[in-house]
Amino acid sequence: MSTFQIDFSSVNKKRIVGIDLGTTNSLIAFMDLTGPEVIPGADGSALLPSIVSLNDDGTFTTGAAARRLLIDRPDRTVYSVKRLMGRGVDDVRNELRLFPFHIAAGSEQVIRLQLGDRQLTPPEISAQVLRELKHRAEEFLGEEITQAVITVPAYFNDAQRQATKDAGRIAGLEVLRLVNEPTAASLAYGLDKRKDGVVAVYDLGGGTFDISILRLKEGIFEVLATNGDTHLGGDDIDNRMLSIALEDIATEWGEDVSTNGEAVQTIRQAVIEAKEKLSFVPTAALEIHYQGKQYLRELRRDLFEQLIKDIVDRTLGPCRQAMRDAGLQPEQIDEVVMVGGSTRIPLVRSAVETLFRAKPHTDLNPDEVVALGAAVQAAILSGDVQDKLLLDVTPLSLGIETMGGVVSKLIHRNSTIPASATEVFTTSVDGQQNVLIHVLQGERELVKDGRSLARFDLKDLAPVPAGMARIEVRFLIDANGILNVTARDLRSGKEQSVEVKPSYGLTDEQVEAMVLESFEKAEDDFQARQVREARVEADTIFSAVDKARSNDAWHTLDSEEQAAVDLALNELHMVYHGEDHLLIRDRIEKLDNTTRRLAENMMNTAVRAALKGTKV
Amino acid sequence: MSTEHNCWQCGTPDVASLFCRYCNSLQAPIPNYYEFFGLNCQLALNPDHLQKQFYQLSRLLHPDRYTRRSEQEKHYSLQASSILNDAYRVLRDPIRRSEYVLNQAGFEIGDPRNKEVPPELLEEVFELNMALDELRMGDTEVLPQLDEMRQHFLDMMAEMDGELESQFLTHDAQPDDEARRKVLTGIRAILNRRRYIRNLVDEVDKQLTARNA
Repeated sequence: MSTFQIDFSSVNKKRIVGIDLGTTNSLIAFMDLTGPEVIPGADGSALLPSIVSLNDDGTFTTGAAARRLLIDRPDRTVYSVKRLMGRGVDDVRNELRLFPFHIAAGSEQVIRLQLGDRQLTPPEISAQVLRELKHRAEEFLGEEITQAVITVPAYFNDAQRQATKDAGRIAGLEVLRLVNEPTAASLAYGLDKRKDGVVAVYDLGGGTFDISILRLKEGIFEVLATNGDTHLGGDDIDNRMLSIALEDIATEWGEDVSTNGEAVQTIRQAVIEAKEKLSFVPTAALEIHYQGKQYLRELRRDLFEQLIKDIVDRTLGPCRQAMRDAGLQPEQIDEVVMVGGSTRIPLVRSAVETLFRAKPHTDLNPDEVVALGAAVQAAILSGDVQDKLLLDVTPLSLGIETMGGVVSKLIHRNSTIPASATEVFTTSVDGQQNVLIHVLQGERELVKDGRSLARFDLKDLAPVPAGMARIEVRFLIDANGILNVTARDLRSGKEQSVEVKPSYGLTDEQVEAMVLESFEKAEDDFQARQVREARVEADTIFSAVDKARSNDAWHTLDSEEQAAVDLALNELHMVYHGEDHLLIRDRIEKLDNTTRRLAENMMNTAVRAALKGTKV
Repeated sequence: MSTEHNCWQCGTPDVASLFCRYCNSLQAPIPNYYEFFGLNCQLALNPDHLQKQFYQLSRLLHPDRYTRRSEQEKHYSLQASSILNDAYRVLRDPIRRSEYVLNQAGFEIGDPRNKEVPPELLEEVFELNMALDELRMGDTEVLPQLDEMRQHFLDMMAEMDGELESQFLTHDAQPDDEARRKVLTGIRAILNRRRYIRNLVDEVDKQLTARNA
């Protein structure tokens, strides 16, 4: 039997891409024969600003073009949406003050941004960024892309991960794996170094901070511990500088502009520019012009460092905790790898150097390394890379609510995933037909302090006396860090149905509706684009043939040849409005073939005419 | 425990290992941690050997290796690698490993929150509670004493760890189940005492961190 088995897995293999869906910028990369490579956009840059603007006609502008709209249309242009993924409005109330967009009512479980007359959730907005990246890759590689690996901060919880997966689905991508950003970075680093040892990855991006400690051994990348803060990054530095500037400007101009979206975005961009310059030069000008008023300051690096020191220091606690959890001293860490745009800041580098007592490794491009690592992981999944394997961990403990509002931990943080735990539940009342299980994530001991993940309802239990039911529930965290729950009635041995009520995020039905809606609106669909492009090509050849027929060269063809051209022309016209781009292209080629002699003759006529001209 | 069954894919009978020896497809995983690692039920384990085995099995079973395989194999891969990871977590830690063996042998293990004081520790526990009470009232003079007691408990734990290690070897050298059960009974007693002391240390740590926060 096995002799006849053919492995079809390598035939017709679809390409899997790697995506870094960042707070500030996003990138897409793929694995080439020579190694991972990022894909540039039409502007030549691999960085796609994670900014999405809703146009009046319901379409979207994404990336660098949307950045300009931050100032012109601040109430319809969204940035840093990653900070809102998998969150409720209460989680982000503080930072929403500085966001110019409006939050619609009913945002307790999923934030809904009011952009013009539409309400959009963070996964839908992220999906626009993903769609743009997908488009880029399709243009570049000339093939349809439907499968991807997407990176997430290591410290993302279940809801944040699920929201990222939802975004992929809405964008028409099957997300084969969510990979933690620092782990992905370590893959790109390991490709470079090929050295065994213990590595810490310090990843300070636009909105999130992660620290991961890994053991690299014989191609295995084993995460020993991870920690972080999903609300700590370059944005916090920007916001700090922004609020100081706003106060100072209010004094200088005698006008508080902090509620004026356009003014705030102008100042925000100026502040970011100054921040970025200060990584390379000791002083930078902060220059703001707004409606005829101006504000000029010279910013010194030492003052800047003073202003942001507490933000940088907030990264050190998680680093120490990760070392404790890994059971390691700073001396036992062979190298610290720096990832994320904010690690360009000299103060960040020196803080890391002091803590780990070693100079950090800064050779990798901190903007690209995560996307490159994602492409390597994609190649691991496709089987193209076989000597490497990531063993990641769950960043947060998982527990259930027990008597007295206490959390009982089932899976501890830093457990290698996939990880599982089983627990047997029973009923407390005669004939009870359902049991509600409340699952929480995090390290807190009391339910009221913890973060609710979901409620699982074991339904349709067979009615038996209290305490007689025995339902075994299996909690399984998969390789994406997402919880799956299954249940079995131990008395009957039958699968027990479980209804999931996520505490934050979209239900399956909601995501499905968004997927459908996005398909209806997707003019961007690869297939449609192919047809469009084929028609453009047909248009070009139509007008060329038209022109040729009025040329003298047309009469150099015999009547048979002329008839063949007319036939081919007709045949192309017949398929022009069809939806089969391959057929259109086939007919274009045929027309091209029948007109070859005509084109040559035209060329000769033109050359002859030109030669004649020179003689005179 | 018999784990022999027919291959789900090609029907080859008596497939006992991870993969079918005939068609090479992944089989339903074995839930027993020792069997999973291909080990005899011994208490003394070489950590380097265990790690090597863990890496090797991970390469074979991790879901990353099954992206392009059938749904059934994907499912088995997820189940198998979760058991593998859980097993490695338990087997690499001597305490959890011995608790697992006790459990498999049908021994009841004490409740981790058991507050009953072992008689030989009565005096020390009394002193500790006094000191903790004083700390709660704001008396910081007890801090050096608490630190000393904490260290004393840690030393006791280290001593027990040594004792456990030699008991492990004794256990593995026994000729039959009955003799092994005798050793396990002794191990259980050490574990229960150790757990009690562990809780005491945790309590001190909790009070100290609460104070620092």
